[in-house]
Amino acid sequence: MALLRHTTGEIKERKALTVNPAKTCQPVGAMYAALGVKGCFPHSHGSQGCCAYHRSALTRHYKEPVVAGTSSFTEGSSVFGGQSNLITAIDNIFTLYDPEVIAIHTTCLSETIGDDLMQISQKAKDDGKVPAGKHIVYASTPSYVGTHVTGYANMVKGILKGFVTKTGTPNGKINIIPGFCEPSDMAEMRRLADMMGIDITMVPDTNGVLNGPMTGHYEMYPNAGATPAEIAGMGDAKATIGLGRWATADGVNFLDAEFKVPGHVMGLPIGLKATDRYVDLLRKLSGKTVPDSINFERGQVVDLLSDYSQYFYGKKVAMAGDPDQVLALVEFCITLGMIPAYTVTGTAGKYFDERMTELLKDVPYDCKFKCGGEADMYLLHQWIKNDPVDLLIGNTYLKYVARDEDIPLVRHGFPILDRVGHQYFPSVGYSGAMRLMEKFLEALLDRLDRDAPETRFELQL
Amino acid sequence: MSTKPTNVEEIKKELIAKMPTKVARKRAKSILPGTEVGEPIPEIQSNVRTIPGIITQRGCTYAGCKGVVLGPSRDIVNLTHGPIGCGFYSWLTRRNQTDAGPDGENFIPYAFSTDMTEHDIVFGGEKKLRAAIQEAYDNFHPKAISIFSTCPVGLIGDDIHAVARTMQEELGITIFANSCEGYKGVSQSAGHHIANNQIMKHVIGTKDVEVEGKFKVNMLGEYNIGGDAFEIERILEKCGFTLVATFSGNSTVEDFRIAHAADLNTVMCHRSLNYVAEMMETKYGIPWIKVNFIGAEASAKSLRRMAAYFEDQELIDRTEAVIAEELEKVKTVVDEIKPRTDGKTAMLFVGGSRAHHYQELFKELGMKILGAGYEFAHRDDYEGRHVLPTIKIDADSRNIEELEIHPDPERFKPRKTEAELAKLNEQGLDFKGYEGMIGGMGKDAMVIDDINHYETEKLLEIYKPDIFCAGIKEKYIVQKMGIPLKQLHNYDMGGPYAGFNGAINWYRDIDRMVNTKVWNLIKAPWQADGPELEATYVA
Ligand code: SF4
Ligand code: SF4
Repeated sequence: MALLRHTTGEIKERKALTVNPAKTCQPVGAMYAALGVKGCFPHSHGSQGCCAYHRSALTRHYKEPVVAGTSSFTEGSSVFGGQSNLITAIDNIFTLYDPEVIAIHTTCLSETIGDDLMQISQKAKDDGKVPAGKHIVYASTPSYVGTHVTGYANMVKGILKGFVTKTGTPNGKINIIPGFCEPSDMAEMRRLADMMGIDITMVPDTNGVLNGPMTGHYEMYPNAGATPAEIAGMGDAKATIGLGRWATADGVNFLDAEFKVPGHVMGLPIGLKATDRYVDLLRKLSGKTVPDSINFERGQVVDLLSDYSQYFYGKKVAMAGDPDQVLALVEFCITLGMIPAYTVTGTAGKYFDERMTELLKDVPYDCKFKCGGEADMYLLHQWIKNDPVDLLIGNTYLKYVARDEDIPLVRHGFPILDRVGHQYFPSVGYSGAMRLMEKFLEALLDRLDRDAPETRFELQL
Repeated sequence: MSTKPTNVEEIKKELIAKMPTKVARKRAKSILPGTEVGEPIPEIQSNVRTIPGIITQRGCTYAGCKGVVLGPSRDIVNLTHGPIGCGFYSWLTRRNQTDAGPDGENFIPYAFSTDMTEHDIVFGGEKKLRAAIQEAYDNFHPKAISIFSTCPVGLIGDDIHAVARTMQEELGITIFANSCEGYKGVSQSAGHHIANNQIMKHVIGTKDVEVEGKFKVNMLGEYNIGGDAFEIERILEKCGFTLVATFSGNSTVEDFRIAHAADLNTVMCHRSLNYVAEMMETKYGIPWIKVNFIGAEASAKSLRRMAAYFEDQELIDRTEAVIAEELEKVKTVVDEIKPRTDGKTAMLFVGGSRAHHYQELFKELGMKILGAGYEFAHRDDYEGRHVLPTIKIDADSRNIEELEIHPDPERFKPRKTEAELAKLNEQGLDFKGYEGMIGGMGKDAMVIDDINHYETEKLLEIYKPDIFCAGIKEKYIVQKMGIPLKQLHNYDMGGPYAGFNGAINWYRDIDRMVNTKVWNLIKAPWQADGPELEATYVA
């Protein structure tokens, strides 16, 4: 019997009911972004349940400590406002946990009652609750607008707003704002820039925070992440690159508008072409030549691609995930000769439809895609019921579909609850492209081996 | 750490020393030494608000209501009314295992939400809720739909109960709603209560059928994490009991409906179900006893008490035979493992019953409990039920509806006469008895309610236990300190740990965790603590 036994291929129009969402709410993204700042303590302004859920979700995904405070709203604060709870919280946090920065985000509750974080933070400062040299940054993250990706974008902007200044003296650096991705992805984006000899500021940077070493000591603030001083310097940079439109465009545009730092928003550098564009943009902005070491890595990807292409050609793929992630994956799958037959993302945005149409224009198949609230995994599953695919790509929740329909799954995106290690292995850059190709191929060939009749069981490729 | 302080009062001072005065004063009331058996038990502060800004273990009312109590009932479409997050996070993360049974209905792998957007917040969400119920019906045809409100819904004032009523009339299936907004209570506990009240009001006793079986029982407060309920079901069946309904692991709305047919209610999680047992006794005349199936000895004891209740020699003999057979298996494993675990130490800070139940399993391995506490218990869970009349009703408790229960005119049927109950009681079967966690913990153990991150870190530094039990949020913090953490909410993919086979699983898992090599690898050879013993080789 199937696990999702009540799902049939009969698609009825739904306007009000979401079933198995391909998204979650803003604060979890905000909390993740805040962890990419050194010495930063995330704080959730609302009732304690949201904070518990967000900490659990991040912990389950990254398998790393995630701490955060909550304003612990009572029924009273829900009626009279959460100002006094937040000010108490700020006081307690600085006294007990001694962070450099508190990054506050709202929840549905505090948004609905209309708490003003700017005003409350100011009051906390006026009341002497913020020790000298310490900071508060904040972002408004109502969950009834947007998704976890929006929350990430909002907190990124909140962090920039809180710290960035302009001295007028250019520092020659390039700002990089990575989208919602693994700490290992952020490390890989940095590695490529390092290989080109480019001095960058990366915000947020969760590498070393959410994939930290085991030392026998617990550090609430690991020695990693972007420092407030570095972030402040972003106003003097040469340019900003945002990698992932949904997650970074607001931050990039803010730096452009406020500090006249020219911004470039592109997709996540997943796959060959997207990585090429990233490297090329770095080259153009910095005026540096691409070193042979990078050309070497790129060549390896192409080599592998030529070895792999016969197995990928014409294979149909279904995927669910964040828009920045799935757009990049769709392009990569097409590069590999696969057909991205069905794609859903719970995060809305007009650009999604435009870009998908553009990417799919030469794909010889009637591919279906959808974004926004109605684009859930239930719909994706129904599409698959009507016409199956060869491979699934998405987060852990797709494993039910994978099992029911007997389709191999490559886990990618957020959250991955049932596997460990993804926080250490990148899927961006050339090395990430190689890893993804290997994962796709393993999944397809393992399946082939498993299903092959004895007579057709092959030893070699 | 040179010497381990064993004086709880001193450690307590250390725990609260750095806290702001108001916080310290409040926390001091929630930290106590345990007591020796038979000694008077002091009052502990519990079920009070978490302090803003303090990193807590707790979740919210919604989590207790949807996540814990109604989540594991497989044939109900559990629809979260709110923005997407809450519904998303309560999607399968409690590992409620389920056997879909012969009817094949199972909605547990699904997450249903009204996914409210700004428009709904501004103009009200009732219309969308109504439409979502209709769509759920059209797509899934469930027997029952249950609705859960989240924080913003409470604020904008959607009348979810009215929507439930009208949709129930329209569709002709059971539909009920839970006002379980996260801000409503102090912890998950409020949510358990709200869900249980609604099950009591709308489901239990709504179907009268003859249930086959001589020894009919309900199992209350068992959530089937990691298949615990399956193991308990196996044992009960082997002994000859008939399990009418479980609240609520591997449960169904159909079983809830006939739960009043049982002759004995057995309560596992005292915290989340004691009031249901009380209400069912008043309404239907079913007596209840506290049981514990965590621990082999505890399971044996619980089975004996259940058998004693029915006063049937055949049942008693069969139960004894089952216990003997099962304990023999268990003993072989204990004999193998205990030499490796004997004398090791543990701490447990979790839940509202588990931090007590699991002490049995550790004791069976010869391990010592250095400290324990609950995440969302009330005073009776610590001090015993005799304190119930003295618990003050505060604003937060007043928030939660207290049902007024009267004997059901048709279905009330006392299972035993007063005299029979008194006789059984004399023979040692205490009805409605729960002594709580503190008594018997011992003077050098720490009891802490609603422990927070700061206190946890301090305790670990002072005590360095061999294993720590808590939840996912604590797991990697503790492990970074080189101490293994066993999750007692979801078992880290392990389990079952209930019953006899469960005990064996537990022994093996704990043996692995406290004896694994990884914790010795943290330091590189050149980082070893203490004076360098070998001289450096100089070429
Ligand atoms: S959707 Fe809103 S109420 Fe629910 S967890 Fe997210 S922020 Fe909290
Ligand atoms: S055992 Fe603990 S975690 Fe489980 S429902 Fe009871 S109180 Fe909650």
